[in-house]
Amino acid sequence: MLSLLWLIPTLPLAGFLVLALSGKYLGRRSIAVIGTSSVALSALIAILIGIDFIAAPPPGFVFRQEAWTWIAVAGFSPGIGFYLDALSLVMILVVTVISFLIHLYSTEFMSGDDGYARFFAYMNLFVGSMCILVLADNLLFLYLGWEGVGLCSYLLIGFWYRDSGNGRAARKAFIVTRVGDTAMALGVFLLFTHLGTLDIQSLMQRVTQQWPEGSELAILAAGLLLGGAVGKSAQLPLQIWLPDAMAGPTPVSALMHAATMVTAGVYLIARTHVLFSLAPPVQLAVAVIGALTLLLAGFSALAQKDIKRVLAYSTISQIGYMFLALGVGAWSAAIFHLMTHAFFKALLFLSAGVVIMTLHEEHDIFRMGGLRKKLPVAFWTFLIGSASLAALPLVTAGFYSKDLILWQTWSSQGGNPWLWAAGCGGAILTGLYIFRVVFLVFFGEARAAAPPDTRRPGLRITIPLIVLAAFSIVGGWIETPPFLGHLTLFSDFVQHALPPAQVVHDGKNDETVLELLAIAASLGSIALAYLLFLRYPAFLHGLMLIPELARIRKFWHFGWGFDRFYEFLFVRPYIWLAYADRNDVVDNIYKMAISFTLRWLQKVDRHDVIDYIYSGLAELCLFLYRALSATQSGQVRRYAAAIAAGSISIIFIGIFA
Amino acid sequence: MAGMKMSAMRTAEAVAAIPMHHGLVLAAVLFALGLIGILVRRNLIFILMSIEIMLNAAGLAFVVAGARWEQADGQVMLIFILAVAAVEVSVGLALLLLLHRRFQTLDADAVSKMRG
Repeated sequence: MLSLLWLIPTLPLAGFLVLALSGKYLGRRSIAVIGTSSVALSALIAILIGIDFIAAPPPGFVFRQEAWTWIAVAGFSPGIGFYLDALSLVMILVVTVISFLIHLYSTEFMSGDDGYARFFAYMNLFVGSMCILVLADNLLFLYLGWEGVGLCSYLLIGFWYRDSGNGRAARKAFIVTRVGDTAMALGVFLLFTHLGTLDIQSLMQRVTQQWPEGSELAILAAGLLLGGAVGKSAQLPLQIWLPDAMAGPTPVSALMHAATMVTAGVYLIARTHVLFSLAPPVQLAVAVIGALTLLLAGFSALAQKDIKRVLAYSTISQIGYMFLALGVGAWSAAIFHLMTHAFFKALLFLSAGVVIMTLHEEHDIFRMGGLRKKLPVAFWTFLIGSASLAALPLVTAGFYSKDLILWQTWSSQGGNPWLWAAGCGGAILTGLYIFRVVFLVFFGEARAAAPPDTRRPGLRITIPLIVLAAFSIVGGWIETPPFLGHLTLFSDFVQHALPPAQVVHDGKNDETVLELLAIAASLGSIALAYLLFLRYPAFLHGLMLIPELARIRKFWHFGWGFDRFYEFLFVRPYIWLAYADRNDVVDNIYKMAISFTLRWLQKVDRHDVIDYIYSGLAELCLFLYRALSATQSGQVRRYAAAIAAGSISIIFIGIFA
Repeated sequence: MAGMKMSAMRTAEAVAAIPMHHGLVLAAVLFALGLIGILVRRNLIFILMSIEIMLNAAGLAFVVAGARWEQADGQVMLIFILAVAAVEVSVGLALLLLLHRRFQTLDADAVSKMRG
């Protein structure tokens, strides 16, 4: 079964080829069948491989498959090779299963769209690239997948390309992530020039052998890779592209900009964790970036009006949690949260998509309301997703993963109380902003401008919602804290690929107290949201009348002014340069330089210094011409004499020299 | 058969009696005489004759060398040279006739129109 591993990325790529080449001639039904079944098959294979892997683990919990050599130049021979271990197995399962569910959802959600074939072609290309990213055994192949998903992200954000704003958002996402990708490419070059290989496993071995802990090269390489991860995962300071990326269709936001693609940075750091643990300053930076991002994005999410932008900031914030976990060395906790987050965030986006569709493309949460009775499926699934996001104790998956992160942020070697406090504060914000959406959208009275669509979502939309809702609840029960049975199935399994967190502050009592605090934060924030947004909304309105508070809210709404900051720092100067260059500034510089040089030469040349050289040359030529033409007398006897003289002198040279 | 061989041997003995450098000096003298003739004479007929002398000097040198190493190649070379000389003389005399017809003279220096 394991030998079918290569099919997982190949099937969606084949689906992409078929849809891209012949999508024009296919009917909607066959487009949907091809687009979805390729991903479904790949998910099925991934599940079968997963069962096989767990039932009969390959030696060393690693399975490698080399398809062929990609390039072979002077000792540099990256292959098209797949590497399956516990980490990539978890990733591949999450990616393919969620992709399948979202493809199924899209067949109905996108059914009215003109670009049906184009949409599924891009989505299939995305799934293929993501599988390559996750399964690649060397950094170059991983980079192929990395850029592949970036390209699909660009194509799908700008999917409705007739609106120029969407194109702008797509370009923004592409260019901002490109900043990170450049850093990552430099990191890959650095690793190759110093260690002579790109194969991730041998790279990690050589890193431990050749670079001592905290050496400059390790810090530089890890820092450059972190640049790539920060760009792709929308962390500080490159987080600005993700909220705008919501211009794409909702299934795209669910799949790429929430569940899978944006977590690629987390995967990259987990994959190269050996390098990161050799660079303690960088690892601390990962934790600090995560903590800051989760707080900033949490505040921003609190001030958004667009339902998808709330979810986008929430995604940034949740990936901040994963970075926090990575930074303190809680590798398996980060991957666990990646998995549960993929479930509940995909669920939140998909049910938000149902709401948006029913309200005729309405995104503003202040024009929704009272949808609890009209859209029961969307309501219950959104509620389950929100509860999981807000880490509602005991029943939801998000509770188990987030509490694992919080506990290890406190207890592990790299952790400290400040980071824990940031995580805990983030948890309060999370509950506040997501239940703000729940209460505004599904409770209260209807504020919609137009009456909601009477059509109800069909089975192809409700099935993915229900499955994801189920995952969002039971997904966490495979890893429970000590006072709840202490089940550690997930971390036991992932430990075959990632080392366990180094616990330094052990103690059951501490852990219980901290868990209770986290539970209190989660429940308290939900209660606070209920009071603020549903029970006494007048109080909040009153607060907003204070100009300072209104200004802060606006500041949060625009994402802490990062966009404006970058606008002034990079975009404006660049545009100014472009405008200036349209008037040929550079040309003028050259022109000035040339005329200056000419004038200087004229000054030097006033006394015809250079002329003398040239006329001297001409004279020399004339003299030589005359001398040589004199020998051409036309008198045969002179020629014969010359020949004789020449022969005699050559004989003399031959004899005497 | 035997008689021919005997006579060939006798000739070889006779030639061997003359030291080789005598032959070579003779050839060099002839060559120098021919060269001087070319350089000194203005009449084209005499120049042609001098060229013949130089060619024969070269041929003599070949024969002497062939006798010295008892190889027939020297004599073969002489026959080639004679053939080339005959051709050269015929072409040269034809040119000479044309020149005479055109310039009414055989003075080599007078025919110097092809000067640079």
